[in-house]
Amino acid sequence: MKAKQINSILGKYSIKLTVNRQLYEIEVGNKTDEVDPSHTLAYTLRETLGLTGTKVGCDHGACGACTVLMDGKAILSCMTLTVECDGKSITTIEGLEDQKTGELHPLQQAFIDNTAFQCGFCTPGIIMSSKALLEENSSPTEQDVKQALAGHYCRCISHYLVIKAVMEAAGKRR
Amino acid sequence: MAKEYRYIGKATQRRDAREIVTGKAKYIDDIKLPKMLYGRVLRSPYPHANIKNIDISKAEAYPGVKVVLTYMNVPEWKSGTPSHRRVLSRTVLFVGDAVALVAAETKEIAEEALELIDVEYERLPAIYDVEEAMKPDAPQLYSEFPGNVFLRGCPLFGPKTLQEIVMGDVEKGFREADFIVEGTCAYENIPNPLPPEPPGVIAVWEDPDQLTIWGASQSASMIRLAAQPYLKLADVRGISTQCGGSYGTKHANLVVLGHAAALAKATGRPVKIYYTKEEHFNAFTLRLGSRIHANVGIKKDGTVTAVSGEWLVNTGASSELAQGQVAVGCGEAQLMLRCSNWNLQPKVVCTNRNPSGVVRGFGGQELKSALIPILTVAMEKADLDPVEFFKKNFVKAGDGYYWRDGNWWVYRGVDYSKAMQKGAVVFGWKDKWKGWYKPTAVDGTKRRGVGVGLHGNADIGEDESEAYVKLNPDSTAVLHACVSESGMGQRSSLCKMVAEVLNLPFDRVNMTPPDTLVNPFEFGLAGSRGTYAVGSAVIEAAEDAKRKLFELAAPILNARPEDLETEDGTIYVRGKPEARIPWRRAMGLTRTCTGQGRFEPDFSLANFMMIYAEVEVDVETGKAKLLRVVATTDCGQIIDPLALEGQIYGSLGSAGIDTALFEESVLDRTTGHILSGNMMDYKWRTFLDLPEFQNVILETPTSSHRFKAIGVGEISTAPGPSAVLMAISNAIGRRIADYPVTPDKILKALGNI
Repeated sequence: MKAKQINSILGKYSIKLTVNRQLYEIEVGNKTDEVDPSHTLAYTLRETLGLTGTKVGCDHGACGACTVLMDGKAILSCMTLTVECDGKSITTIEGLEDQKTGELHPLQQAFIDNTAFQCGFCTPGIIMSSKALLEENSSPTEQDVKQALAGHYCRCISHYLVIKAVMEAAGKRR
Repeated sequence: MAKEYRYIGKATQRRDAREIVTGKAKYIDDIKLPKMLYGRVLRSPYPHANIKNIDISKAEAYPGVKVVLTYMNVPEWKSGTPSHRRVLSRTVLFVGDAVALVAAETKEIAEEALELIDVEYERLPAIYDVEEAMKPDAPQLYSEFPGNVFLRGCPLFGPKTLQEIVMGDVEKGFREADFIVEGTCAYENIPNPLPPEPPGVIAVWEDPDQLTIWGASQSASMIRLAAQPYLKLADVRGISTQCGGSYGTKHANLVVLGHAAALAKATGRPVKIYYTKEEHFNAFTLRLGSRIHANVGIKKDGTVTAVSGEWLVNTGASSELAQGQVAVGCGEAQLMLRCSNWNLQPKVVCTNRNPSGVVRGFGGQELKSALIPILTVAMEKADLDPVEFFKKNFVKAGDGYYWRDGNWWVYRGVDYSKAMQKGAVVFGWKDKWKGWYKPTAVDGTKRRGVGVGLHGNADIGEDESEAYVKLNPDSTAVLHACVSESGMGQRSSLCKMVAEVLNLPFDRVNMTPPDTLVNPFEFGLAGSRGTYAVGSAVIEAAEDAKRKLFELAAPILNARPEDLETEDGTIYVRGKPEARIPWRRAMGLTRTCTGQGRFEPDFSLANFMMIYAEVEVDVETGKAKLLRVVATTDCGQIIDPLALEGQIYGSLGSAGIDTALFEESVLDRTTGHILSGNMMDYKWRTFLDLPEFQNVILETPTSSHRFKAIGVGEISTAPGPSAVLMAISNAIGRRIADYPVTPDKILKALGNI
């Protein structure tokens, strides 16, 4: 069904989305600044809101690159339709550093300190899943970290340094 | 022991680290240029067909579509080695081959327009096997390559490019042997290196005489160097974006570039083509297929007296640079085997599947993975420990070899036996090695086995590099070198070299972006050349700049230039650090001081890596699990410890070790489709499947440049596959040489199915 048809059925419709603590009210439609019912959250973040820190690798929910947080839980933004996100709070990689002081999140700092990336394309997604893990479990074991990151495709093989970085960040939070 | 430096060898924050962890690093799909159009490619569903009719009228009329191109109206550009691959052709040669191009206002419109193109195909018979392809009655892919065999030669590597190994007298060599073995081994699972980021290019062609290409590329210079002859255009500006993984596959990206450039030319607007993952699997760089039939003569003491045979290289529907990969593979075979009598004849053959191309390991991984399993038959006959065999046979100072340029080079680097031995000790080889086809341990249905493989490459000194280092009066320096960032952290490492030479705080060294407009010539990062080749040019430029600075300072300090020192942007006479002047006193405020450096190719040094692997095989299920890896190298001097570790861990990725276990592009030989062309069916190692992994890194100073260092990153994938094959064979007590060693093959070898 095309957006226009839906609009004619439902009347004008808009969704409210909080992204990195900022509230957006976006109309549903097929203009450039609107949300088409076919748009994924990854598309809306990158193309409509210009938040290109979230990466799209496979666009089929199999590589983890597009991971963002929805109400604190890690989700695949390429497998989530934006119209389903009405009223939700989204955190992307751009929302992790302290907006006022510019101070990095401990995870970001630990990734830098351990050079826990090579090409860096999978890094934003991995950091977001790591954040969701640490929110849920402040003292993860290495196995917990591996489990939490098992859906992330990293082809340079930064896994060993990533695990070190996440464990280090978890240690500093305690 | 390595020398103590201020920055070299110490961990420093990567220059782009903050951008990467905050999402600010700009990859190709993060860039939108004003008035940019989106290009999409219609792809063939057939492995071999002629286009009988193509109707683009509906697509052209679709709102938002700017142009539709077919073989009838694209420019006459040809890529490949030698030039043969058209932008679009009337004959499609593999499932996924380009049929038509569309440029439209949005990606979605371009995608929808593809569905409006009507194509009528005349299907032709297809071939997939390298030996079938050479038979007289086989379907022919290119009229210019009869028998489906590509012409020898690789213009990029010069007129004498090495295309075979012929030396000594093999008949005599076989007569001298105690054992002669004959074997065949194929490494033909055509795995996909599969960077996380799909390939992408933006072409801007607003001025007819000047084309700008933004590319997700491992080398901005390669974009210019390769695109100039391809497009017959004098001025191509290449700019690399942050590159989301390349592993060799994303250099010039000429096929993607050609499509984007053709659309940009036709529309007069910038055009971006960014592949979907499906296209990445089905229409972008696979590894070469490699099959070797060979005879090997060996003495009881491990001396290899002769190697003769045929190396059949299956490059799929096109050769990007396969003859060049053959050249380097042939050179690397000689580095591994100190043998006086050779006759190895390669053939590069085309077949109807997604083409192979440039990948980390560059011909050498493909050659080694097929040749080492044949050598192991000889080692077994002579009852030799493979580690001792490799120690004896790997190149030593004074040995010679023909390198890719066809010239004879004499090795002047270190003896890697020391590194092999150190690795063996850390791994516990002596205890774990029980002899050929003997398990290390048996526990019920579980059997453990160990294996070892190695690789070395003299391309660390390949091709030319140039660099400028500019000193500013405010005591900062700028490095001009056209080096892209696709994951190696080499831009940071080069800045470290400049900071070290100038004795300047690391954060006062800046670097120009990877853009051919503002930088001198640079071949780019390939073959682990960043440390030695690029590093040499950068060091020379920094030293030259310092010398010029000292010439300016000498009259002021009343001293000779050679008696001056610099520290943190000040200059003083050696021994008198208390009387110092800032750079600006020497330079004045209206001057910069620029040094130049250049590197010329040198193939007399080689790098080295050995992989020790331990596997556990469940003989009931046939599943083999990689338990432990010890990677051993000697890099002369570590530049950045974490960057180096990352590169070595990379042996598990980008179609490396796991091509022995599960990585495979499964080709359906009835339809020509790749059946594993998605992230679910193409198997990849996850965080939960990590083996224990140890790096053993020696630092024996080598005569490269002032830091005595050489690069090793490129080769880390290459030694793994044959090591795992050997480990599995030892675990199950049967020789197995069929990649990837999936459970069915193990059960079959054991006679259980």
